[in-house]
Amino acid sequence: MKFVRLLIIIYFFLNLNNYSFAKDPSSLINEIVDEAALILSSEDPVESKIIKLNAIAERSVDINGIGMYTLGKYRKTISDEQKIKYQKLFKSYFLKSFSSRLVDYTNPRINVVSQKKINDKYTIVNSILEATSKRPQVKIDWRIYTKNPERPLIRDLIVEGLSLARTQKEEFNSIIQNNDGDINALFKTLEEFLIK
Amino acid sequence: MKRSIFKILFVILFTISSSAAIAGDDGNLEIKKNNGQTEVKDCFEKVNRGIFAFNQVLDKIVFRPLAKGYRLFPQPIRSGTSNALNNLSNVVTIPNNVLQGQFKDAGVNSARLIINTTLGIAGIFDVASYYGLEKREKEDYGQTLGVWGAKEGCYFVLPVLGPTTVRDSIGSIVNIIGGDAWYNITVANDTHYFSEADYYVSRILSGIDFRAKNLESFDNLEKNSVDLYASVRSLYLQDRSRKIGNVDKTTETLSDDDWEELDNQ
Repeated sequence: MKFVRLLIIIYFFLNLNNYSFAKDPSSLINEIVDEAALILSSEDPVESKIIKLNAIAERSVDINGIGMYTLGKYRKTISDEQKIKYQKLFKSYFLKSFSSRLVDYTNPRINVVSQKKINDKYTIVNSILEATSKRPQVKIDWRIYTKNPERPLIRDLIVEGLSLARTQKEEFNSIIQNNDGDINALFKTLEEFLIK
Repeated sequence: MKRSIFKILFVILFTISSSAAIAGDDGNLEIKKNNGQTEVKDCFEKVNRGIFAFNQVLDKIVFRPLAKGYRLFPQPIRSGTSNALNNLSNVVTIPNNVLQGQFKDAGVNSARLIINTTLGIAGIFDVASYYGLEKREKEDYGQTLGVWGAKEGCYFVLPVLGPTTVRDSIGSIVNIIGGDAWYNITVANDTHYFSEADYYVSRILSGIDFRAKNLESFDNLEKNSVDLYASVRSLYLQDRSRKIGNVDKTTETLSDDDWEELDNQ
């Protein structure tokens, strides 16, 4: 009986291990790229693909961190209440645009080629999105936040040298700045995007 | 006179649009660069946004359909066209390699130009890569001015031509005052071998080839952007900054300043 219990415990921990997060940044990227490719090449309906892709993003991307980064200088001036509202809106916005960008690809092939540790907090993972008959190959670098080495998180995607987080920050800052620094204008824009 | 102005505008158009994106501001919006370098002013933002919107319409009714049509050609034809146009761009890249002190790159690009123009039949086939002479980054006079320390000046959007800065526009003008050998032998001088049409066709093809390679990327950007004008501006300025830095590695182009500040809050 004890032996059976032991087997169950071992099985439980082994299984649990399958769902634990990869500790090496390159492994993290390999893991999510493979998982996303599997989802995108499946025969699942689009809605099901979006749910699965969002699940990957929620566990491997630092959505709150990116959200605060994209606020730029305005993150220092907003109230706690506005911060909570923003984080909620940003998460919905991020997931919608993330899955919408990916779902058009049927079988993207991304190969991790190298990684470089910048410091204890960041590692850059370099990868290549293979060329297709429609477009040339694309260099994609992933900024991985490794402050908690047990759970590395993606903070930015740098496509051919262009940072998506920075582009997003400048886009949001433009909206706020063109509305006399009113963060509510950004909230309104994000809400409109979400119901689109 | 009218004809000369048209030529100048035409050359700037296709120099800019093939090296950046399609496009399309009052004021003095400042874009801070993460790497602590200079700030780029978006001069006349309201006007720029209007021109950007106009360019978007033009893209929808002219450039996008042309790019989609171009996509219908078989892959070898598109590759050959792209190779020939890349080969031609070496006549601007090589002098800029020299002006930036990139003598090795100048040598490689010169060898590539000679091999691909002859063995590669006018550049259609990239024979040089087969001999180990890999393709290098393109260079232009705007980049050279940047490498020499010239600041961007105002960011602005030109009708049809798209996003640019004062520095990049000056760089484009250098092409037509003797800096582009292809322009010199087709438009500026009558060589009896080439006509003006050869030059204009090559520039238009460059623009269409670039747009065709980025059809999905632009559609995606448009679909997911909450301020497309600001996104294009950010991408244009980032791209120019990276090219002027002549660095290929992300670790050398990005600063951690803003992320650091976030972590310390």
